[in-house]
Amino acid sequence: MKRTTKDTEGSHRQFGRRSLFVGGLFLATGAVLSARMRYLQVERADDFRLLAEENRINIRLLPPARGLIFDRGGVLLAANEQNYRVTLVREDAGDVDAVLAELGRIVTLDLVALERARAEIARRPPFVPVTIADRLSWAEISAIAVNAPALPGITPEVGLSRIYPMGADLAHVVGYVGPVSDYYLEQTGDTDPVLQIPDFQVGRYNIEARMEGVLRGQAGTKRVEVNAGGRVMRELTRDPPNPGDDLQLTIDAGLQNYVEARLSGESAGAVVMDCENGEILALGSTPTFDPNLFVRGISTAAWNSLNNDRYRPLANKATQGTYPPGSTYKMIVALAALEAGVITPEETVFCPGHMDVGDRRFHCWSRGGHGRVNLVESISQSCDVYFYELAQRVGIEAMSAMAKRLGCGVRHDLPLSGIAEGLAPTMQWKMQNRGAGWVVGDSLNASIGQGFVLTSPLHLAVMTARLATGREIVPTIIRSINGINQLPDPAPDLGLAPQHLDLVQRGMWQVNNDRRGTAYSSRVEVADYAIAGKTGTSQVRNITAAERASGVIANADLPWERRDHALYVGYAPYDKPRYACSVIVEHGGGGAAVAAPIARDILLRAQLGEVPSPALYPANQRRDIERMHRELPILRSPPVPTGRTVRSQA
Amino acid sequence: MSFLEYNVKFTPTGWRKILYLNWPLIVLLIAVAGVGFLMLTSVAGGRIGRWAEPQLERFALGFVLMLIVAMVPIWFWRNVSALAFGLSILLLLFVEFFGTVGMGAQRWIDLGFMRLQPSELTKITLVMVLAAYYDWLDVGKKSRLLYVLIPLVVIAIPVALTLRQPDLGTALLLLIGGGAVMFLAGVHWAYFAGVIAAGVGAVFAVFTSRGTDWQLLQDYQYRRIDTFLNPSNDPLGAGYHITQSQIALGSGGWTGRGFMEGTQSRLNFLPEKHTDFIFTTLAEEFGFVGASSLLVLYLLILVFCISIALSLRDRFAALLVMGIAVAFFLYFAVNMAMVMGLAPVVGVPLPLVSYGGSAMLVLMVAFGLVQSAHVHRPR
Repeated sequence: MKRTTKDTEGSHRQFGRRSLFVGGLFLATGAVLSARMRYLQVERADDFRLLAEENRINIRLLPPARGLIFDRGGVLLAANEQNYRVTLVREDAGDVDAVLAELGRIVTLDLVALERARAEIARRPPFVPVTIADRLSWAEISAIAVNAPALPGITPEVGLSRIYPMGADLAHVVGYVGPVSDYYLEQTGDTDPVLQIPDFQVGRYNIEARMEGVLRGQAGTKRVEVNAGGRVMRELTRDPPNPGDDLQLTIDAGLQNYVEARLSGESAGAVVMDCENGEILALGSTPTFDPNLFVRGISTAAWNSLNNDRYRPLANKATQGTYPPGSTYKMIVALAALEAGVITPEETVFCPGHMDVGDRRFHCWSRGGHGRVNLVESISQSCDVYFYELAQRVGIEAMSAMAKRLGCGVRHDLPLSGIAEGLAPTMQWKMQNRGAGWVVGDSLNASIGQGFVLTSPLHLAVMTARLATGREIVPTIIRSINGINQLPDPAPDLGLAPQHLDLVQRGMWQVNNDRRGTAYSSRVEVADYAIAGKTGTSQVRNITAAERASGVIANADLPWERRDHALYVGYAPYDKPRYACSVIVEHGGGGAAVAAPIARDILLRAQLGEVPSPALYPANQRRDIERMHRELPILRSPPVPTGRTVRSQA
Repeated sequence: MSFLEYNVKFTPTGWRKILYLNWPLIVLLIAVAGVGFLMLTSVAGGRIGRWAEPQLERFALGFVLMLIVAMVPIWFWRNVSALAFGLSILLLLFVEFFGTVGMGAQRWIDLGFMRLQPSELTKITLVMVLAAYYDWLDVGKKSRLLYVLIPLVVIAIPVALTLRQPDLGTALLLLIGGGAVMFLAGVHWAYFAGVIAAGVGAVFAVFTSRGTDWQLLQDYQYRRIDTFLNPSNDPLGAGYHITQSQIALGSGGWTGRGFMEGTQSRLNFLPEKHTDFIFTTLAEEFGFVGASSLLVLYLLILVFCISIALSLRDRFAALLVMGIAVAFFLYFAVNMAMVMGLAPVVGVPLPLVSYGGSAMLVLMVAFGLVQSAHVHRPR
């Protein structure tokens, strides 16, 4: 240090001071950084650890397999089908257009779906698989697998989708599933997370809809680690889904198929019940539709054609449709009168073909009249005048009370989408709904199942079962859930006098088996299978006095929607009732001519468990019956029960 | 003082200089760089070749440069200070017109094997030229207005050029680094008080000007300030970087989640995980212990620099060493403050750890200058 002047010494000391000051700032900053580090990493470590886990872990839902639906014999009515589809991952495919073109050479691709898939591919991140084609056949999926080297990024995948092997036969019982719509979420208020799974399907109609809670099952979860871009890096844990419970119905698929086939060509509804315990064996409604269409997403054209059809294929006529029951209501009136003691079995009423009440004339269906008829004869010959007389004696309140006792005008609780309550009118009902007092004419109309009375085929089947057994049979359609019996306890007695029931039953026997009975031509020749029943023909229009004078226009000459409904209720075998059946053919004409033959075939089919042999029919009808059965669109080989039945037996 | 006045008798010569290097400082630098290689391996998912290996090559190159610079007498460096500064200004001008822009800021020149960012170079050459200036300046004149204005102009040129890039972070670092050298040189404290007061006024002006037609900063710069002030406002947008880096830091806890076990970095939640945000990966995987260890290493480097500076008699060398210490401090302090949410997100790498050539080479050359000053100190 040659020049150690005061000046430079001072300057150096100042540098030293300021350096130490700066060094102090360094340390202070270091302390602040360290304190912040401690705050973040020690004090708030748990918060941030949680946030990091939330960042990293995604919970993916695994769809549960929907419960299967079997018939009483174990025939599959709703199953889950393996659904083959192919997906494309953009980043693996490279040239997407070339890959799709190559795929198009191997399988036929739907152009609309393809355009949608292209848009999806462009929109999603490159590693997300996009479905290109759905519901491919095994042959197609094999062809794709074989050509895999030429199809980079294409992966065949398998999912589950609902299938209804019996197709249209059970559309009105099993129903169908469909996609989860905003409307559905709004209607049901359902917040099950499983609904957020893409392409998840929920029951939309009938048992599929009403038993959704049982059939759906619970979603499983898998926890996956994802990166910031959302790509799944690995699976951490998996909690498998709980499949839905299997349902076994009381339906007999073979009988159901027969009923649908026998009703086909008509706009009709029919119910077959086990008289002893109320199990519904068949629930027919024609025309019908293929529920599989709805699973795949029905086209607008197909939907419109179903919706605009005048025969209303989407309506369940067996449970939803209500009709004036016509003469099938007469057993109720007879029992009401007997129980009220206003008539004895022997007492007769003279039928001149009409009855004048006040200034109105009420006609019997037989213009010439039935002459003197007692109770049994009045049922077998369906004499209207006899029941006009009973109606005046017993009154509407007793008739409607008996109707409800026998299961009409009440809502039967079945897990189906549409169940009509029907109507057994009372004075109070008329005052409230029509704002008018009850007049005696209303009672007369009600006594022959016209006027305000409304019933569905289900009501009539329940009524028939109760008449046949005298017990309070309740209809039921679920036999077991996951093998656990759901059938109700034996029905209690209705408390009707046995001799009264016996009279009505004898009347019903004569309907089919007495020469003068309205359904004599629909008799069964073999006593073991004998049928008892009642025909009904209900008017849907008023016949004017002028028309009566000039002669009532024959049904065949009227437009379809103005023709009479044809009805029939019956049970078999007569001496040991087992099956009850009701048939309504909308605007079919006469109950005896149209509905009774159908019901006879159905009851025979139910008793025999197979297509009835012509030998059971009257000799002169056998050839026609044989031809009819030959042409009937029934399954020639009956549906095969699956191995799963054992588990479902209660 | 000039080199002629040195008593050079005891100054080591030739290869013997290697023995007189400040070896503890070199060990510290290697340790910090080692942390960098480890973390670059981790963020690459265990692959060394991705970032760690090129970084190692650059460190090796930087190490050789450091030794070469250290061998050359410090007075040579003082004589080329103005030249070096001029050269870096020319490079800044060059990138202004011909440079490549990446990530909205940080212009560079592609040299083939690396991308040179002249703004990084300027951080050191500015310190050099200011140290040389105060070495030249008569001590008595240092606080006179004219002689205060000269260094201010010298600082203003690179600050203006980097602001134009636009690179607010580097501009601020240059400003503070330059100001620190002036402070160390002994410029009267009243100037600094004035500047701080003016700075507060400027901040006020910047915020007042927002949305008016004389708006002082770019919109994106305002957004960064907003994000810094309240990152949770927009956790998936502008605040994403800050939120995610704090999550990573915080989830480290005391001892961290283990090497290569940090989910935030491994799953790409962290932005710029191999460059500006690499500290978060260290904090996530090695926790408070690991992160504060690195901080201690950095502070030790500063301690060695200060002790060297205090032992020097040469005004240029002392100011240069302290200036480099301040620049180095600003690098890591701003970077750490940024990832911990104490400072806005500005593009400042973690020195010797972040992946990147320019900062690494420039810093190694700077430590070469420190070593040169240490080797050629008067005895």
